[in-house]
Amino acid sequence: MQITLKINGKPHKVEVEADTPLLWVIRDQLGLTGTKFGCGIAQCGACTVHIDGQATRSCVTAAADAAGMDIVTIEGLSGQIADEVQKAWIALDVPQCGYCQSGQIMSAVALLTSTPRPGDGEIDAAMSGNICRCATYVRIRQAIKDAAAKL
Amino acid sequence: MDRRPAASTIERRTLLKGLGAASAGLIVGVYIAPARAERPGQAQSAQSDVMAAAGSQAGLFQPNAFVRIAPDSTVTVLIKHIEFGQGPYTGLATLVAEELDADWSQMRATSAPADVELYKNLAFGMQGTGGSTAMANSYEQMRKAGAAARALLIAAAAKSWSVPAGEISIEKGVLRHAGSGKSGTFGDFAEAAAKQPAPAEVMLKKPENFRLIGTQLTRLDTASKSSGKATYTIDVRKPDMLTVLIKHPPLFGATVKSFDDAAARKVKGLVDVKAIPQGVAVYAENFWAAKTARDALSITWDESKAETRSTKEILAALRSASAGAKTAVSRGAMPAGDGIKTVEAEYVFPYLAHAPMEPLDCVIEADENACTLWFGSQMQTIDQAAVAQILGLRPENVSIITLLAGGSFGRRATPSADIASEAAQAAKAFGKKRPLKILWTREDDITGGRYRPLYVHKIKGAVDGTGSIVGWSETIAGQSIVAGTPMAAMMKDGIDPTMVEGAEDLPYAIPHLKVDVHTVDVGVPVLWWRSVGHSATGFSTETFIDELLALAGKDPVQGRLDLLAEHPRHRAVLQEVARMAGWGDKVPEGRARGVAVHKSFNTYVAQIAEISVGSENAPRVHKVWCAVDCGLAVNPDIVRAQMEGGIGFGLGAALYSAITLDKGRVQQTNFDAFRGLRINEMPQIEVSVIRSAEAPSGVGEPGVPPIGPAVANAWAKLTGKRVRQLPFVGDAV
Ligand code: FES
Ligand code: FES
Repeated sequence: MQITLKINGKPHKVEVEADTPLLWVIRDQLGLTGTKFGCGIAQCGACTVHIDGQATRSCVTAAADAAGMDIVTIEGLSGQIADEVQKAWIALDVPQCGYCQSGQIMSAVALLTSTPRPGDGEIDAAMSGNICRCATYVRIRQAIKDAAAKL
Repeated sequence: MDRRPAASTIERRTLLKGLGAASAGLIVGVYIAPARAERPGQAQSAQSDVMAAAGSQAGLFQPNAFVRIAPDSTVTVLIKHIEFGQGPYTGLATLVAEELDADWSQMRATSAPADVELYKNLAFGMQGTGGSTAMANSYEQMRKAGAAARALLIAAAAKSWSVPAGEISIEKGVLRHAGSGKSGTFGDFAEAAAKQPAPAEVMLKKPENFRLIGTQLTRLDTASKSSGKATYTIDVRKPDMLTVLIKHPPLFGATVKSFDDAAARKVKGLVDVKAIPQGVAVYAENFWAAKTARDALSITWDESKAETRSTKEILAALRSASAGAKTAVSRGAMPAGDGIKTVEAEYVFPYLAHAPMEPLDCVIEADENACTLWFGSQMQTIDQAAVAQILGLRPENVSIITLLAGGSFGRRATPSADIASEAAQAAKAFGKKRPLKILWTREDDITGGRYRPLYVHKIKGAVDGTGSIVGWSETIAGQSIVAGTPMAAMMKDGIDPTMVEGAEDLPYAIPHLKVDVHTVDVGVPVLWWRSVGHSATGFSTETFIDELLALAGKDPVQGRLDLLAEHPRHRAVLQEVARMAGWGDKVPEGRARGVAVHKSFNTYVAQIAEISVGSENAPRVHKVWCAVDCGLAVNPDIVRAQMEGGIGFGLGAALYSAITLDKGRVQQTNFDAFRGLRINEMPQIEVSVIRSAEAPSGVGEPGVPPIGPAVANAWAKLTGKRVRQLPFVGDAV
């Protein structure tokens, strides 16, 4: 079927199957490869995008269900919160292999958008769906706090 | 270090004079291979270890195989080690920048091509990464490469300014001649430097003159990894490229008997289906079509040669292994008699998947004459040879572009070149000239084997009437990682050293030490997993010594220190971590602390964990203090990051991870059942990096071994229960 996805502010007409996950439309059809595949079953958060502002696992979201909604990927992140998060990430050298980090940053930006001054418990709760096999968690926590302090 | 006499005394004297005796560093011969384009022909390849005249390529100054200086003054270092998080891009570039006196902002890093002659790991003799060797084997080589480039830039400036080379200095990427007030950038002299004769020897800085080594520098790969722009194999896109998924056998050792692809071929976007030695390959226009088609395959497997045992049966075989023991170390005899107290313990360690965040993948483009692969190759020389053999090519016609990889933890370093071989077989079977991207799903990864082996360690210890530990006798049973592979040369006297490392070299002064090994054949493929044998021996030795010290009525820190008189570096990290944690201070109600110290890959790490009883009747780890001695710390913040990451990785495994088999079938398939650590389970971590002038040693792995035993020792203190089997949670085996 043909659907129109609004990604990073631009409409894209794409041909998909009813069950094609949004992740693979974003990656394979639109060539936006910042969003990663890690598990395919909503366990790791590597595929996190924002749909109408909510951090969402694109690997288990049918593209057809996201038609017409506002989809933002790491490539389309903008605004003060995103800037401060990415600056904090760089200042602390958070990434190791880096593969999970798009998803981590998408979750962090969504957290700070809804909760500008999160406590440790709120950070842990919001970020616990994002696995980092390199275990960069200490720095992820600190970077979120540093970004929050700038907002 | 090579001490060949100077071939060019003029330059040597000039350099010496220029720097002055007080600041003179180490004079070394420069045996850095030249850039490939500038290398002499095959007939003269014996000269390839000698610095050739530098040349230029479109204004690019290529003084040697490792350094490129562009007209815009950016310095790109070709990194011979794969970057999957441990920091070699930054670390090796730091070494070059130091000797080049570059400014950190002008440094860039890129991966070196597969070329064993130029880019071999000096610790292995082939191109590859592992054993936490990247920094150790590159430390001098990369500094020479930077120093050689520096000498050429100075020579070019000296000629252009008509001043003695010895009067030119470089600071933060700017060349200056104080007398004339002249100054210039690397870019200004890149072209002229390319025409200068290569120096035969250069002077390396004394450590006290380092300006970049040992300081905090932003990682070169952080910005691209914080914006989604970093390119991994999974991100490679080529015109006409197909995605390939492979259905692997459900049992290790099974093969395809027959398959029916009628339903798969109805999937839109499906291009072809072929049997290959690894399974059945599905070629499609995109991932989702490939996955849908693969799910629709109906395959009959030949399971006649497959491993069909369950974990319980394999464990029983390991436990009962009795014949053919080999002895790794033996001194003294086990004391017996009045006043001798003995303890026996059996430890069980499960199979573990590496589960790197980016599942295995490989892009391949092949024709009859040549082949190119883009992927996270960890052992380029082995991958190149395997692909060449499958495709009937010469290894030099197989190009490997090593890309950033989303983690490895050992998984990408397969002696059998598994993902590269699979890609080559898929390309061969397909037969048409289209780029192919072979992708593994997480299920392929978790069920795909090459696990950290299942081990059984049995230890008997003895304490005499005065409270001295007098005997330690250990038997290790498990599968060999290297036997029967291209790495079999690592075997020593019939013993795979990865089974006994960390146990045979027990540092404690105990009069009797014996370590025996039973190597058991099991049809489950095994592999090195971050810290390899130390992932098990670190646990059994450090929990058992804790138990013996308790039996002897000794404090865990002081008791260890007393037994480590001959091991000052163990002692130093132990004392430092005890100082950091305030060992001996009152611990909050409901909490306890445990300690462990372990040397691996020539790096010494001590950790103290503070825990309470958490959910699932497992430890809740609140805080970990860590002291590390890795010799000279080139990038202290990367050392800290590797300790943090190693602790989180090791803790997740100790608490939650296990691979189990039911009649040969792997029971975990994804991150839901194969659990690692999540952020809500991550302790606070404080790391202290010991200042040291010793040669740098690795940090990718050594942070892992101490965390499990530190937590288990705290658990024993808190609950009275010794931990004999991992993981803590669940009854895995
Ligand atoms: S890939 Fe979507 S949560 Fe893991
Ligand atoms: S940085 Fe490697 S998985 Fe998170």
